[in-house]
Amino acid sequence: MALICHGGIIANSLFLSKSALFTRSSSSLFHTLQALKARVSPRAESTTSTLKEELIQATPKRAVEQNTHGFEAIIGIETHVQLSTLTKAFCSCPYLYGSQPNTTICPICMGHPGTLPVLNSKVIDFAVKLGLALNCKLSMTSKFDRKQYFYPDLPKGYQISQFDIPIATNGFIDLDLPVEFGGGHRRFGITRVHMEEDAGKLLHSETGSYSQVDLNRAGVPLLEIVSEPDMRSGLEAAEYAAEIQRLVRYLGISNGNMQEGSLRCDVNVSVRPIGQLKFGTKVEIKNLNSFSAMNRAIDYEISRQVLLHSQGQSEQIVQETRLWEDGAQKTFTMRKKEGLADYRYFPEPDLPEVVLTKDYVDKIHQSLPELPEAKRRRYEQLGLTMQDVLFLANDNHVAEFFDTTIENGADAKLAANWIMSDIAAFLKNERLSINEVKLTPFELSELIASIKNGTISGKIGKEILIELLSKGGTVKSLIEEKDLVQIVDPTVIEALVDKVLAANPKQLQQYRGGKTKLQGFFAGQVMKESKGKANPLVLNKILIEKLKGDS
Amino acid sequence: MPPAIQNPRFLLSQCRLPFHFTPAPLQLPPNPSLRRQLHRSAASALSSDPQTISRDPKSPYPSLPSPPSSQILSIRESLLSRQRTAADIADEYLDRLRRTEPQIRSFLHVSETVMREAEEVDRLVESGAALGPLAGVLIGVKDNICTADMPSTGGSKILEGYRPAFDATAVRMLKEAGAIVIGKTNMDEFGMGSTTEGSGFQVTANPWDISRVPGGSSGGSAAAVSAKQCVVSLGSDTGGSVRQPASFCGVVGLKPTYGRVSRYGLMAYASSLDVIGCFGSSVIDTAIILNAVSGHDRFDATSSTHEVPEYASCLISIDDLDSKPLKGLRVGMIRETIGDGVDMGVVSSIKDSALHLEELGAIVTEVSLPSFSLGLPAYYILASSEASSNLSRYDGVRYGNQATADELNYLYGDSRAEGFGPEVKMRILMGTYALSAGYYDAYYKRAQQVRTLVRKSFKDALDKNDILISPAAPSPAYKIGEKVNDPLAMYAGDIMTVNVNLAGVPALVAPCGFVEGGIAGLPVGLQMIASAFNEDKLLRVGHIFEQTLQNFKFVPPLLTE
Repeated sequence: MALICHGGIIANSLFLSKSALFTRSSSSLFHTLQALKARVSPRAESTTSTLKEELIQATPKRAVEQNTHGFEAIIGIETHVQLSTLTKAFCSCPYLYGSQPNTTICPICMGHPGTLPVLNSKVIDFAVKLGLALNCKLSMTSKFDRKQYFYPDLPKGYQISQFDIPIATNGFIDLDLPVEFGGGHRRFGITRVHMEEDAGKLLHSETGSYSQVDLNRAGVPLLEIVSEPDMRSGLEAAEYAAEIQRLVRYLGISNGNMQEGSLRCDVNVSVRPIGQLKFGTKVEIKNLNSFSAMNRAIDYEISRQVLLHSQGQSEQIVQETRLWEDGAQKTFTMRKKEGLADYRYFPEPDLPEVVLTKDYVDKIHQSLPELPEAKRRRYEQLGLTMQDVLFLANDNHVAEFFDTTIENGADAKLAANWIMSDIAAFLKNERLSINEVKLTPFELSELIASIKNGTISGKIGKEILIELLSKGGTVKSLIEEKDLVQIVDPTVIEALVDKVLAANPKQLQQYRGGKTKLQGFFAGQVMKESKGKANPLVLNKILIEKLKGDS
Repeated sequence: MPPAIQNPRFLLSQCRLPFHFTPAPLQLPPNPSLRRQLHRSAASALSSDPQTISRDPKSPYPSLPSPPSSQILSIRESLLSRQRTAADIADEYLDRLRRTEPQIRSFLHVSETVMREAEEVDRLVESGAALGPLAGVLIGVKDNICTADMPSTGGSKILEGYRPAFDATAVRMLKEAGAIVIGKTNMDEFGMGSTTEGSGFQVTANPWDISRVPGGSSGGSAAAVSAKQCVVSLGSDTGGSVRQPASFCGVVGLKPTYGRVSRYGLMAYASSLDVIGCFGSSVIDTAIILNAVSGHDRFDATSSTHEVPEYASCLISIDDLDSKPLKGLRVGMIRETIGDGVDMGVVSSIKDSALHLEELGAIVTEVSLPSFSLGLPAYYILASSEASSNLSRYDGVRYGNQATADELNYLYGDSRAEGFGPEVKMRILMGTYALSAGYYDAYYKRAQQVRTLVRKSFKDALDKNDILISPAAPSPAYKIGEKVNDPLAMYAGDIMTVNVNLAGVPALVAPCGFVEGGIAGLPVGLQMIASAFNEDKLLRVGHIFEQTLQNFKFVPPLLTE
């Protein structure tokens, strides 16, 4: 079954394909990418490094491991999660991705004179949820600060953020690496989680002669998650990001959609000789629009840095921001850092401190759903394979569907098989997510039970399933309506077998002459005669008896 | 009833003050309508026309021109009694505004809809519908307070012609109470200045002496009330911008507790210090305005949910006062404000006021606020730091002055270079410096620590006293241009007021006397300070003080000419 899922996508996306199955693909993907490219291209400059980029490009991905011999990569990730609150962080404007430019704005998020921010309390709810889910220590008193810089997409000239007292610190996240890449459990540290507001967007004209500002996104709440530098490969980094996505979707605090920019990862990569304690010079990579891009960008960057090290040109690794270009499959210098940017942080005087009470935190703690890590451990306990576990727990809607199915009494392994094979294939074809189909978990459990107790055959089951997925209805009514109850009565089946044998004397002769492969042919004919309703076990038993015995 | 209040200053002031009216044993008639009449003919009162003031030979205490009464209440009364129409009143004010404006220049914009709005009030009166408490009251609004139907520039070229999309909460509340916004008053650019010379558009003159500044930054609002171009006005006070011009112009100025009035719609200068305040020609009028604009606002997270009392209702009529209306009131005179560097005339006015309060039954003692002198540098660091951030939004991208430029950095640089005046640029630079990496601890953080000290010293002093008193400025109004090239001297003039903003407590300035200068003397204001949310206490004391201060008439010579 896994083959069905991975086939065709595995070349690009190593593990994300699974979740891609269950999400509606976005038609605006192209525009987003274009806009992003446009935004950065004026500042991008090609690297002047003497490094032979072609060399790296030609290197098969699998060879990365070998290329890094003697070196280890240190990877830390800053993730911005856009919160799916009904209104923005500091005003009552809604935010809908894809709206016409400057239609979800007001004097407050446009930074008009005299306007003031008022915190949307949902932002705190969501921040506390994520902080708890990431096993963080919560700051019972935290505050907002202003991060100051000029850019046309930043209406106030400062971003309301949190500086020295973030709402959550010191946590960790657990995840399982995909089986097809060797598997393994990992725990990565979380340095901090803080609340802030998003900026608007710049739309650059084709000619590059002017730019337009769209402030729809300005003031949308974000949570920034900063990881410890605990990742060692592109795969680990991408899996970390995928787990963050899973977590925010489980928590219902964000749609976690990378293409829409609801989940954005900036990655810091450095390389050092194994055994050295001091970190190497770190390079920041931006423009990572998918987990697979993350994976490849990081592996590319590791190879680039290792190559420079091994060629004795490590001084060419400078602190800079590089952009991942999907087309070229390379990173390019975007801007070199001249010292540290001074954001002149100071406490935001327009907002009171954020004070949490123990009761409030306890209440949120109790309301947390079962999180991906707990789910995976529970599924393991159910006896599912790690591949099944990862598949089912990957998407909270799938997991929920699975959980409800087995709560209705279905066998876990059978339910998993149905979901991962026929249902997954259907969803893929129809580009639907599991909560968009007509099939209910209860009917799936009914279906499984009907097959298990012999009411219908597995083959009929598959047919009914498609009907249930696309049109809905109940297993019971479909079976009755279409007269699909399995034929288990040996005398009825025997009559059918006799009929088929009589109708095919030639083949019968050949069979008896030694061509036993023809058993399949007869079985098929009998099944056809029964309109697929004959129980295959009974059928085969009788058929063999007849073929052999009646000579 | 005749006020049975001893006024020891009566004799004192006669020999000292250069007043051109003759003190005589006069007695105010208790009839309120007569008193109103007195007020309307302020000029004749000042010229001590005997026909408007009746004598009462039986009164043991001499009394001089009537104490200020509420213009707001008198407008209301005349509307309700159909003695005058709102259009009539509006016409009177507009007429005076037009006459005096060429000299005073307190308005950046005068509303074109005043008469129409006044006629609307008259229609309401005709129909017998309920009138809002401020129906027909003409109010000037400082130009950094947003008004949807009028330009709001904050006194800055960078916002020339800018019309906000909304009314500030305070303006909305005033309009809901029936007030008519007569126009937008001049100010130092974004509130940065103490003279109104820092306006990007014009210099406002002091109605008491047009060669002098009206104070600032709310100089336009103070001058407009003083010159009776409007009934009352809104200002804003970050470091004294309501209180100092009130003192300079001889009007009542109130700086409420931080958070008492919503800041929504007030163009931010220093967010943690800014507060909207009000000016009136009597304490009652400022109380009525405070009532109208106070309260929690869901658009300002720093606005307080503290209950709003009926500020005006606790101000008892002068006729009902007993001989010691302030009996037991503990008044602390801040020692640091009456020493070196303070004009002698100002000091003696304040000391006289203290005596007057004692006569009213108060117990006046000197108190020391050890951190007082630290307040000024701390204020300038904190205010500049916040200003450098708050003014970042004026980048020429979305609104206001936009320079023509080929490149983004020049768009920013040129728009700001052309749009901001020198004082604003200086404060942005100072604030940017103070917040910079490596300097933050030495400046911003240190200043915050000083702020904590200042708060504490005010709390200690106000635990032992009901109110504190001090001058509102170390000098009376000075000459236009006198301190333009000496910013430090100008900053030093804020010493009396900035500590109050750092502590976040309310303060009321009421005219208390005169010093020599100009043709009729220059007014001096008494600053009264109370604990947070004790505006009612301040207003009560201020009202009694004002109503019993019988030998001064704070109407500028401009109006008597």
